[in-house]
Amino acid sequence: MSEAPAIVFDAVDKRFPRSEAAEDFYAVRALSFAVAAGELVAILGPTGCGKSTTFNLIAGLIRPSSGRVRVAGHDPYDEFDWFRGKIGIVFQNDRLMPWRSALDNVALGLELNKVAREERVAIARAWLERLGLKGHEADYPFALSGGMRQRVSIARAFAIKPAILLGDEPFSGLDAVTGDTLRREFVDLVRETRCTGIFITHSIDEALQLGRRVLVFRRPARIIYQARLGPDTPAAERERIRSDILHALGGTVATKEEP
Amino acid sequence: MAAERVPPARAAGHTRLRFEGVLALAGLALCWQIASYFFPPFLFPSIPAIAERFAGIFVHAAPLGDALATAGRILLGLAGSFVLGSLLALLMGRSDTFHRYAYPLLNFNQGIPALSWVVVSIIWFRGIEFRIFFIMVMTTLPGFSFQLLDAYRAMSKDLLEMTLSFRPTRLDLLRTLVLPTVVPGILTAWKVNLGNAARVVVVAELVGATGGVGYELLQQQQLFDMAGAIAWTIVLVVFVLVVQRVLTLIERRQLRYRPLAERGS
Ligand SMILES: Nc1ncnc2c1ncn2[C@@H]1O[C@H](COP(=O)(O)OP(=O)(O)O)[C@@H](O)[C@H]1O
Ligand SMILES: [Mg+2]
Repeated sequence: MSEAPAIVFDAVDKRFPRSEAAEDFYAVRALSFAVAAGELVAILGPTGCGKSTTFNLIAGLIRPSSGRVRVAGHDPYDEFDWFRGKIGIVFQNDRLMPWRSALDNVALGLELNKVAREERVAIARAWLERLGLKGHEADYPFALSGGMRQRVSIARAFAIKPAILLGDEPFSGLDAVTGDTLRREFVDLVRETRCTGIFITHSIDEALQLGRRVLVFRRPARIIYQARLGPDTPAAERERIRSDILHALGGTVATKEEP
Repeated sequence: MAAERVPPARAAGHTRLRFEGVLALAGLALCWQIASYFFPPFLFPSIPAIAERFAGIFVHAAPLGDALATAGRILLGLAGSFVLGSLLALLMGRSDTFHRYAYPLLNFNQGIPALSWVVVSIIWFRGIEFRIFFIMVMTTLPGFSFQLLDAYRAMSKDLLEMTLSFRPTRLDLLRTLVLPTVVPGILTAWKVNLGNAARVVVVAELVGATGGVGYELLQQQQLFDMAGAIAWTIVLVVFVLVVQRVLTLIERRQLRYRPLAERGS
């Protein structure tokens, strides 16, 4: 699947029924875009603009009201089983199972993919070590800090070697320092593993740091601006992109992380 | 930074509570013993007399059989009710339509006294053991169903989405998410229903059982034997306490992932 686009949205609508009003509420409207295999895309937009809804459509957790969503050429909602072992997700909150140790949480995806016990323990152990959690294998989530828990959830997503990695504001629940460190490690991991990545964020800095392409959304989810950039994009060019984004958003998002 | 399993404050509070419980029971026994000096034995038999009867139940084969029969009926009834209740809870949790039909029926059932089921089962069924089983299941079913449904409903949507993103099979989803979610509810349901079942079983044994604690209690009543009645009652209470204790141990093992507050509320 090197040539075919990894993710395609074709005139996608997502409506939610509203109990009071006669008309449905559009969280996503006529959204079309494509992401190439191996591409890293940041989706940026203000709170409530439909980022998570878009995310859930890609993840196959909800079904589009109309239009077509394809991930690796398959329908992520209807072809539920086809995606086993192919998508790794990091959510805004860690979503660890409180009854599983750190190690068993990381091994969850592997277990569901029927990887043999010794093998998944070894893989999970290696990922925990990679994320700086050696010695915490047997700890239950309650004994870990917020940052450590999010590290476990990142390890869980990477452990299955997903072809597609999705992140829904994975660092916005953490304090600025923890979030910054983890973001840097995360960027390295994503590049190393060469997966296709989609990251949702409401921070311009984070979008510019994570993405090779930045899509700016406005409510209801549609693209109002996009830019490409790379590691060798000059600083002046970055600044121009940043001010363009700010302009497109009309000042609806913060420039910097909140302190 | 692994947290302590049982913080010292909690552990101390636990032993103190148990000590006080023993003290309270000893006080009650003392009052009873004093009363036995002033009243005839058929009203207040002495503590040694009761203890002798109690011990007698365990040394003779026939009364021991009675006690075990009742214990078996309680556990079997609860097991049946648990299986059926789990099934109903799962169906109600998964289907709103089913819930709309089943809920009012279970609610209606909750109002039916155990004695009514005794009458019904005597008229409907012949086998004594089956009659008792039927009564036990009918009386404890709503408790199990409602408690398990609550536990199922309390399942985290966040965890469900997370797990679904890995595309589990139905069985794997049940095993990795649903079951661990409802385990605390299952244990609570067993604890609550155990007490109910112990009270119902003696009534159920009036359907013509020729053995069991309920049958024995009826005998003691006809003989005006207070010491025997109390001894048999204590047998039942002890059984409930022992099983509760086992459930608590299982609970502590199963729920060790839960943080304990160092300071009790
Ligand atoms: N299940 C749902 N039912 C009704 N409305 C929803 C649902 N999910 C999201 N919405 C609405 O859709 C809009 C976009 O939500 P979301 O995608 O979560 O935004 P974002 O992630 O960009 O903050 C919001 O106004 C939200 O209230
Ligand atoms: Mg969101």
